Amino acid sequence: VTSAEPTVLYERSLDLDLLSEISHVPGIEKVRDCIQCGTCSGSCPVSWAMEDTPRKVFALIRAGMRERVLDGTAIWTCASCYQCGARCPRKIKITDVMYALKRRAIRENRKHSRAAQALSRSFVRVVSKYGRNHETALMAEFLMRARPFSALRELPVGVKLMAQGRLPLGGQRVRDIDGLRRIIAKAEELGGEE
Amino acid sequence: MKVAYYPGCSLHATARAYDESIRAIAGPVGLELEEIDDWNCCGATAYMNVNEIMSFALTARNLALAAKTGLPVVSPCSACYTNLRKTEKYLSEFPSIKSKVDQALAAGGVRYDGGVVTKHFLQTIVEDVGLDKVRSLLKHPLTGIKVAPYYGCQIVRPYGIQQNGEEPVMFERLIEALGATAVPYAMKTVCCGGSLMGTREKVALRLCRNILLCAQQAGADCIAVTCPLCQMNVDTYQGRVNDAYGTSFRIPVVYFSQLMGLAFGLDAKAIGLYRGEVPATALLATGT
Repeated sequence: VTSAEPTVLYERSLDLDLLSEISHVPGIEKVRDCIQCGTCSGSCPVSWAMEDTPRKVFALIRAGMRERVLDGTAIWTCASCYQCGARCPRKIKITDVMYALKRRAIRENRKHSRAAQALSRSFVRVVSKYGRNHETALMAEFLMRARPFSALRELPVGVKLMAQGRLPLGGQRVRDIDGLRRIIAKAEELGGEE
Repeated sequence: MKVAYYPGCSLHATARAYDESIRAIAGPVGLELEEIDDWNCCGATAYMNVNEIMSFALTARNLALAAKTGLPVVSPCSACYTNLRKTEKYLSEFPSIKSKVDQALAAGGVRYDGGVVTKHFLQTIVEDVGLDKVRSLLKHPLTGIKVAPYYGCQIVRPYGIQQNGEEPVMFERLIEALGATAVPYAMKTVCCGGSLMGTREKVALRLCRNILLCAQQAGADCIAVTCPLCQMNVDTYQGRVNDAYGTSFRIPVVYFSQLMGLAFGLDAKAIGLYRGEVPATALLATGT
């Protein structure tokens, strides 16, 4: 956050719809109950790496600062460890809110979302192919998508894991892969938000 | 006791040692593992970033396959465990999710009516096998070995092994039953960074460094884990933590099932003890 950034937004630039955009997520309306106590930010093991901590994210959502939330680093720093939600005195399912914001940001191809997009896309592709996660294929594909120019830096890790017998070359395929693919396709259609 | 075993994808690859050690100790502790037929990936955290119904549907298929066995499910991977427990809970609590997941499953000719109980393998050992049974099997008690129990995050959170996740003691009790000493340290339920090691490496490295530092200050000879990703982050990337922080950590990171195998006098190779990055061979000397 630079000093040049306005801390007050004009009414026309506010966007109060972010909550309703993710309103299908169970319990999302509880974001309105947030009392800004900061237990989430204090419990979060990675809030030090966020520009806006979880508490601030909730304040920003309610204040209509949609762009700042979706372009921020907070959602990509969240490791989904559930510590915040476990302690929230208002019982907000914070990890679910973060997931919903991540989905939004990925769909809108937002700032900072590239690595997470690469991981999710690679994962989905590998699982559609095999029905299981073929970790060797996942790592290779993720690196090529996320950072093709520094992918080789990970080679020693791959070589070590292979020597330890932990990176099999072949993947295991689910027997009823056709049935599974139909389930995935239908779920994709039904879960396509909004 | 017969259980439906859901190894999850990592246990056939990066966490092979976890699978090997679980299968090696299952017989002695009296567990019959019936692997769920044709199980699929749980979706990990990656699917939730794309589409939450896809994520729930993947796990619901596994629950449906498990239901056919009529057995309780045992999951050794903390991420799979959370997805199984969370999906079961959300399907029963939120009709909107249930109806979509039901439709998706139907497209693949699968139906799930709920009711499957999932336990983490650590829970199965402590709650179902029992620590008296564990003690009765000791051939080489791990006397003198100091172990830092690392629960990680997922199994002690809302969908986890106990109601209050703040101060779990289950893992410590198992370690003491093996004759070892469980050392107290601050990071035992703090996240290792999970998949951030791929997407935001610096953040994950700092979390791993904190885990290693606290374990070392507590005098730990090794860190014991309950999750494939924790093992990989803290062990495989330990060298990179050292590079980033100028430290010289060399702390073995083993699965609790490997510690059990050691204490039961099983062959080190049979429990995958040589598959780690930081050699765990020092642990062998004490046990024998």
